[in-house]
Amino acid sequence: MFDYTFQWGQAMARLPRMLEGAIVTIEIALLSMVLGIALAIMLTVLRLSGSRPLMAITTTWVEVARNTPALFQIYMAHFGIASFGIYLSPFMSILVGITFNNAGYLTENFRGALKAIPDTQGRAGRSLGMSQLQAFRYVVMPQMLRISFLPMTNQMVWAILMTSLGVTVGMNSDLYGVTQDLNALTFRTFELFAIAAVIFYLITKTITIGGRLIAARLFRY
Amino acid sequence: MFDTALSVNDLVFLAKGAGVTILVTAISVVIGTVLGIIFGVIRTQIGPVLASPLTFVLDIFRSVPLLIQLVLSNAFIGMVLQIQISGFIVACMVLSLYTSAYCAEIVRGGIDAVPETTRRAARSLGMTWGQDMRFIVLPLATRVALPSWIGLALGVMKDSALVYVVQVTELLKSTQILITRLQEPLFLLIICGAFYFIISFPLARLGGYLEKRWSND
Repeated sequence: MFDYTFQWGQAMARLPRMLEGAIVTIEIALLSMVLGIALAIMLTVLRLSGSRPLMAITTTWVEVARNTPALFQIYMAHFGIASFGIYLSPFMSILVGITFNNAGYLTENFRGALKAIPDTQGRAGRSLGMSQLQAFRYVVMPQMLRISFLPMTNQMVWAILMTSLGVTVGMNSDLYGVTQDLNALTFRTFELFAIAAVIFYLITKTITIGGRLIAARLFRY
Repeated sequence: MFDTALSVNDLVFLAKGAGVTILVTAISVVIGTVLGIIFGVIRTQIGPVLASPLTFVLDIFRSVPLLIQLVLSNAFIGMVLQIQISGFIVACMVLSLYTSAYCAEIVRGGIDAVPETTRRAARSLGMTWGQDMRFIVLPLATRVALPSWIGLALGVMKDSALVYVVQVTELLKSTQILITRLQEPLFLLIICGAFYFIISFPLARLGGYLEKRWSND
């Protein structure tokens, strides 16, 4: 039954290339997180603006991001937008797709966080002479970001896992893409993907543990 | 003005893909939930040290991309064990375990939300462990866990888009096949998105409603 010989040596010899891929994966995830948080803050402001059309933008964005697969969103960024004559490179498509997804989920996290902040906070800011936007910027937002810190690390883990979808739009420099290419070269499917799995596991563990350590520091008071 | 080569047959083809998506999701969610409840109860009841191997294994399912889990399992079953089974079964197996890992986490959260004192009160009334679990913990934990469980079911539905790597033609893969043939990516993707939306939106709303209705504040 077991006449399969494992060839770990062959796969391990490719480890340096896979680690390079892992760095690209982390880069994409980090970039998409930073952009995603910025967009999510914007969407939250739109949601709080009280104007119906602006709120509709947020609602649509959040519902589409949360109710369709991430893979679909990446396809949309790559093949869908191409219909308008905008051709994104694989790197850009994956970045746009994941950022869109992150922004949707983070906006929802922020909504939850805002519930935990008393209304009086914003109003206190207003009565100190701040404008609506200033009260949000200086009083509410820092608390919101702090409360949603752990959900954000979760989203970061998701972003890392989602980068593996880039391969579907021709991305071949991230960890999954590199593994796929090496697999086509060597046919050591099991060994290569097992190593990739271990690398992914280590990355995500580092993020969750790191997140908890930072959280412990952030929430000292 | 607007012209498309999409025929009724193609729509039926997409609907079949959606059917596969729903089928894979339903099977995985059912098996995954049963396993998840078992794992979750074990994890909370035998203490963190004894449960650590289980915790570790379940953690892997949550920290490795599903795409890799699928490719790896497929390679393991096909190349290492050399068993010939259809991609559909591999997809269901992997997705079930994937679901169970998340479900165990939800179940654990639900059980932890039941105050220790409530359970001790039940035991001191003479209930057995099983009775305590069935009449005290189950109803209270379900309240906490059900909204997240609906979220999980939706998540699995969306993640099932990845099973194309083990040669299962589900909704997104069907769309891609049509895109290759008709060359109308945007239009087809919008239809595909609409399908996903129709499947998940009612469930998402139910989840939101339950969350609102059942939250204590």
